[in-house]
Amino acid sequence: MSIKVRGIRKSFGNYQALEDVDLEIPDGQLVALLGPSGSGKTTLLRIIAGLEFADCGSVQFDGKDISDRSARDRHVGFVFQHYALFRHMTVFENIAFGLRVRPRQRRPSKAEIREKVNELLSLIQLRNQANRYPSQLSGGQRQRVALARALAVEPSVLLLDEPFGALDAKVRQELRRWLRQLHDKVHITSVFVTHDQEEALELADLVAVMNEGRIEQIGSPEEVYNRPATPFVYNFLGNVNIFHGRVDDGKAYIQESDTGNLAFVRPHLLEITRQPNGANHFRATTTHINSAGPVVKIDAVTEWGAPVHVEISQEQFQSLALVKNETVFLTPKDIAIFNRG
Amino acid sequence: MDRRPQGTRTGSGGSELEGTVASIAQAQFRGAPGAQAGVAGAATSEPAVVRWLLIGVAVAFLAIFLFLPLAVVFSTALKKGLDVYLHTFRDPDTQAAIRLTLIAAGIAVPLNVVFGVAAAWLIGKFEFFGKSLLITLIDLPFSVSPVVAGLIYILLFGMQGLFGPWLIAHDVRIVFAVPGIVLATIFVTFPFVARELLPMIQSQGNDEEEAALTLGAGGWQTFFRVTLPNVKWALIYGVILCNARAMGEFGAVSVVSGHIRGLTDTMPLHIEILYNDYQFVAAFAVASLLALLALATLVVKSIAEWQAGRQFAAESAAGSEKTP
Repeated sequence: MSIKVRGIRKSFGNYQALEDVDLEIPDGQLVALLGPSGSGKTTLLRIIAGLEFADCGSVQFDGKDISDRSARDRHVGFVFQHYALFRHMTVFENIAFGLRVRPRQRRPSKAEIREKVNELLSLIQLRNQANRYPSQLSGGQRQRVALARALAVEPSVLLLDEPFGALDAKVRQELRRWLRQLHDKVHITSVFVTHDQEEALELADLVAVMNEGRIEQIGSPEEVYNRPATPFVYNFLGNVNIFHGRVDDGKAYIQESDTGNLAFVRPHLLEITRQPNGANHFRATTTHINSAGPVVKIDAVTEWGAPVHVEISQEQFQSLALVKNETVFLTPKDIAIFNRG
Repeated sequence: MDRRPQGTRTGSGGSELEGTVASIAQAQFRGAPGAQAGVAGAATSEPAVVRWLLIGVAVAFLAIFLFLPLAVVFSTALKKGLDVYLHTFRDPDTQAAIRLTLIAAGIAVPLNVVFGVAAAWLIGKFEFFGKSLLITLIDLPFSVSPVVAGLIYILLFGMQGLFGPWLIAHDVRIVFAVPGIVLATIFVTFPFVARELLPMIQSQGNDEEEAALTLGAGGWQTFFRVTLPNVKWALIYGVILCNARAMGEFGAVSVVSGHIRGLTDTMPLHIEILYNDYQFVAAFAVASLLALLALATLVVKSIAEWQAGRQFAAESAAGSEKTP
């Protein structure tokens, strides 16, 4: 089911959580709402779910306006950040809940419910834990139960609020892959909220980057990472060096004087050499080298005293044999210039 | 490929570290109440003399003010033998008093359960204008002297009271009759259920209710299947306290009762009357019944607290795992 959000505004008292948000989610896509905390992403998700109502604007499912419908009638599956499992019910009862509370004429028989729940238990690989209580499960298991419970009612849309936020790094990785596979199998339109850019880029078909109640950019992970539309997106997705500069006659000058433009250069797009290389270089002194991991991270100070981060491959690092407190030349391979206004 | 194990190692190393931090936090959490558990306990514990002195003072205090009176109640009641003791309960006035107490509690407790659950739910789950005023009002019976509470009903429903003439004209008796006693009991026991439930409901937040809502449950379904089971033990605890107070209430009931033997005497009032008539054995026999009720209340209360505590412990253990 496609989702369309039109001109949504929402404020809590004096705090403006969402300002005129438009968002279109095509059918069957897995979409990430990515942003720092306080950017309004969870509020937007809750408005789509019907757990919160917008001050103005509309939400459409498949072109039908459902802004006034309550969460109960929207037929969405919602996975809460802390799972919100029913603590006094077993795993089985938790998953069966949505089927059991249906009005009698639409309620499946006991045998059908059992079959459906067992099917979901197999899907989340927790068949042996059916009679356990949520407090007896690990974080990752709870997360999967919450997902199965949401899927049990066969929702038309799946909404996940920080689905991996409360898990440790390794479980998070596994669940991420598992969710991606699940989505490829079930193909249900899904929206998840995250503040973790890596998670959004790895998992989603589309990423909507949010900041201060607005959507800054929507696009494929490749698009938002390689062609950020705004300084915020550039800064938020991946590491970046920011220089002051100006644009003159199609040429960018960095660190001339404070002239109102900002130049963004990703750390891995700075070429590092011992000798001056072409015209577009500047001098810097290395201050710290971290060579653990697949990329070597080098901290340096530019000739005008600003810190700069450079990332190079292990091979390049070995061949250069850089050391601390060495003067090097940096050549930006790609610069993005934004107006500072 | 050769970098992979390294990556995994750092990954699991990170999670191990988190696990350790969590377990330390848990150990401290569990260690804190039991003073001698753990290293931290040893540093903060007092010398043996001080410890035994404090324990001795506490035990002596309990013995003098709690166990001794209780023992006196039962020993006086049984002083002249079991026959005399049992004979008390064959007296029609005593039976009437017991019956009236049961009626008053039987009406007041269910009403206050309904009210208390509704009020706690309203206050705990919703924001509305006048919320703090409602909380204050719920606490009012705690702060008002029961005698004053009784007098309020006299002033409202008594012969010279606000509604007095109307009630006389329609031949409705409230004061000096059973309805007055029930009203006074309801007033006095008003806060118990709400007060017990409120912190529990507030601490649980709205998440599970919202989850139920998105799963298609209606308001009543959510309430009976999710909200109520989660506060079950707090509710039972509140009901017990409410019941104990309803049966034991003296002041407010005394004012509105009129002390008509066999008609408007509750157990506590009956005890006073018997005592003033120098029928000590009978007085203490009825008192022993109330004392037994108190003991039974304590037992059920301990079970309720133990269960609620267990639930809380399970949740906080779950909680500490949740937040890395």
